[in-house]
Amino acid sequence: MSAVKERSPISTGSEWTFDLIETYDREIGRVAAEFGLDTYPNQIEIITSEQMMDAYASIGMPLNYNHWSFGKQFVDTEQNYKRGRMGLAYEIVINSNPCIAYLMEENTIAMQALVIAHACYGHNSFFKGNYLFQTWTDASAIIDYLLFAKNYIRRCEERYGVNEVEELLDSCHALMNYGVNRYKRPKPLTPVQERERQLAREEYIQRHLNQLWNTTIPRREEAVEQVTQRYPREPEENLLYFIEKNAPLLEPWQREVVRIVRKIAQYFYPQKQTQVMNEGWATFWHYTLLHQLYDEGLVTDGFMMEFLHSHSSVIYQPPFDSPYFSGINPYTLGFNLMQDIRRICEHPTAEDREWFPDIAGSNWVETLDQAMRNYKDESFILQFLSPRLMRELRLFSILDDADKPTLKVDAIHDESGYRRLREELASQYNLGNREPNIQVYNVDVRGDRSLTLRHYMHNRQPLGESTDEVLKHVHRLWGFDVKLESVTPDNEVVHSYQCPQQNQVILP
Amino acid sequence: MSYIIDRRLNAKKKSTVNRQRFLRRYKQHIKRAVEEAIHDRSISDMERGGEVTIPRRDISEPVFHHGNGGVRTRVYPGNKEFITGDEFPRPEGGGGGGSGSGKASNQGEGEDNFTFTISQEEFLDFMFEDLELPWMVRKQLKDATAFETRRAGFTSSGSPEKLHIVRSLRAAHARRIALGGDSRKEIRELRKELWALEAEPITESSEARIQELREQISALEKKGRRLPFIDDFDLRYNNLVRIPIPSSKAVMFCIMDVSGSMTQSIKDMAKRFFILLYLFLERNYKQIELVFVRHHTHAKEVDEQEFFYSRETGGTIVSSALQLTADIIDARYAPADWNIYIAQASDGDNWDGDSATCSDLLMRRILTKVQYYAYVEITSGPHQNLWYEYEHVREAFPDAFAMQHITDAGEIYPVFRKLFEKRTEGAA
Repeated sequence: MSAVKERSPISTGSEWTFDLIETYDREIGRVAAEFGLDTYPNQIEIITSEQMMDAYASIGMPLNYNHWSFGKQFVDTEQNYKRGRMGLAYEIVINSNPCIAYLMEENTIAMQALVIAHACYGHNSFFKGNYLFQTWTDASAIIDYLLFAKNYIRRCEERYGVNEVEELLDSCHALMNYGVNRYKRPKPLTPVQERERQLAREEYIQRHLNQLWNTTIPRREEAVEQVTQRYPREPEENLLYFIEKNAPLLEPWQREVVRIVRKIAQYFYPQKQTQVMNEGWATFWHYTLLHQLYDEGLVTDGFMMEFLHSHSSVIYQPPFDSPYFSGINPYTLGFNLMQDIRRICEHPTAEDREWFPDIAGSNWVETLDQAMRNYKDESFILQFLSPRLMRELRLFSILDDADKPTLKVDAIHDESGYRRLREELASQYNLGNREPNIQVYNVDVRGDRSLTLRHYMHNRQPLGESTDEVLKHVHRLWGFDVKLESVTPDNEVVHSYQCPQQNQVILP
Repeated sequence: MSYIIDRRLNAKKKSTVNRQRFLRRYKQHIKRAVEEAIHDRSISDMERGGEVTIPRRDISEPVFHHGNGGVRTRVYPGNKEFITGDEFPRPEGGGGGGSGSGKASNQGEGEDNFTFTISQEEFLDFMFEDLELPWMVRKQLKDATAFETRRAGFTSSGSPEKLHIVRSLRAAHARRIALGGDSRKEIRELRKELWALEAEPITESSEARIQELREQISALEKKGRRLPFIDDFDLRYNNLVRIPIPSSKAVMFCIMDVSGSMTQSIKDMAKRFFILLYLFLERNYKQIELVFVRHHTHAKEVDEQEFFYSRETGGTIVSSALQLTADIIDARYAPADWNIYIAQASDGDNWDGDSATCSDLLMRRILTKVQYYAYVEITSGPHQNLWYEYEHVREAFPDAFAMQHITDAGEIYPVFRKLFEKRTEGAA
């Protein structure tokens, strides 16, 4: 903090007013622009805690279709909040254009300013800049799409009954994590196109499907070819997409509902992959922007105390043996990574020069901007986690091999462990490792139309106990038998699941 | 660049539909919880919502996830003493090497149940679901809420016939004083100067000054006159509010045998039955009076406390209670003004010669006046003569008289439902 100029703070009390929020937003926006943050326009909405709970319950979106699971979420949130077991998050921000951020009316002006800096300039610029969001989501269309989805599902409920739609949605939700294209780029559409194409699609799919299934030929013909020719030719990772396009018995409206769930899953896909970066980026910027305001004399000491208090509780990382430990706090990791990059740029040590020759001593604003734009959690950690930060967080890794009676400390924050630790932490954020890799392997097109899924095992990890339940949902969507095989990298099937279960089928 | 929007007045309760969907889906669970609550709670405790607990496995939404097993490496923060190569046994409960599937509850210690609260309203709704008092349709037609108009201060808007002239003029006067204050003060000062000048001999210069002052004064007075005498926002109207007055009154008689043969647990069951009836009536009538009549060989009208909690012994003459009830109805509750409900609970004991008197009393003096008479017999033994006598009554008054047999507390709720099953076709 250089020579403190004459202080003329924007506000001194803790109450907020609309004028104050506007002033803070303007000042924070100005500082953010000076640091080169590029954002969507902001739409700041003041809401009550009750409305916050509503927003919570519908996965943070301002509108969504109706489903009991959101009700469950709401009931849960409400219960916990009323008992004082949890505070509400002080902000929700939506990746849309304009970027919608919610401020809760209960907060003080310092908290509102913090949220504005965090959400409206931090998250917002991340949404706009990061390559995953740019590729996978269409910020300008999401609200319209949700409106379309809500109305479409409401109409389906009117026409086909709430139960019918609810069951279908249950099944789709069970596969939501498998409703994303990881590699193919989806095309953004306007809502008008969406409606037009939805009608065209209904017709087309039904016709196309009939062809596929019409050609069903008696089984005995060319049994050899049956083995060699799989359908689909290449395994399909997007289960919901495959079901939407190929499930034999779905009605057109059901396909559309599958599609809606799939689209929404796709929209949230980047958020799952950039949690550390996104929160780290936003936290870094609220920290930096508010300090800048302080240096300019625009906020009071009291303001800073309140801000720092909540900032430090957000980035608190309980150690692994604490009762409060529940994994690595993404805010802590992200914020520290961002701060560390700035440090490496501004005050590199010899170690940093050795580890990060290309960024040590460079312009930190540009370096951070590049990092934000071009990485996701996994690659970001792999690229930027420095030995110094590993030492600060005192990271260590544990190898848990179910075949062995003991756990082993695999690497710690020392010279020989840095690289290994970094790789392991990065792979922990690889979605491919976290979620079982399950793909559509084959459909018995000429036989009983059964669907075979394959689980490609990662490190011999088996599937969890809810697998049979999920298969029931797959079965409901597919309409015929569903099999799931866990295979090792050597293509050996080690476990297989079936729905309906074998003994139920065999009965004459 | 930024838009700031106040959404606080927007629709709250956006989640209502989702919440209802959730309740609908877990209706069975909730109903069970409600039934248990009725079963277990003390009587004074019925007037609140309830906590519903659903096993988490029934409510979970399954997804594919990794199970335990295989090889996995996890990175943890906060190393204290480990060095590479350390080995130690797997901690219980998977704290150290647990699966990363996030299956454990997020609230610290593993919670196996999903608990939430339903409001009193919902609680009762579940309790009374698709129940309807017999013949209620008939009385309900009369049950249109009547309103009474009462004054409640003044408002600044309203219809002309409610205009309050004195208040309006007072407001106008106040406004004129407030708005004209400055110019009146100025006029006063100018006048003072004018009088001073006029009192002195007139000179050339004072002549001009007087003229000037007069012009100024008349300009100011004109300005003052331009203030409207009365303006839109001076108007005050009488504020009249409509207050619903209960037009439909019910009285509920609780009749219970407190003779020696009635054990505390039988009384307890009877209590629950009365409570259910009371709660149900409460939802359908704006005003309910309760009359407690207890009897052994004599009947007595008592208060609630005594009714439920004091002990008596002795023989049983049911007709004494019916006699007293009939007298009370005649004296205090004219059937034209009151919906009369009677609930009688007994263990079926009665003095042998008395049962015929009972049915006679019922048919002649009571059943013609009441909406509904419900008799529950709480006994594990065989029926006695009162029951058989009452069966004749039921034949004679199938619509107004109901009887049921209960053996243990768990049966109260189903029996209650049975007693008040929907019987709409009978209601003309």
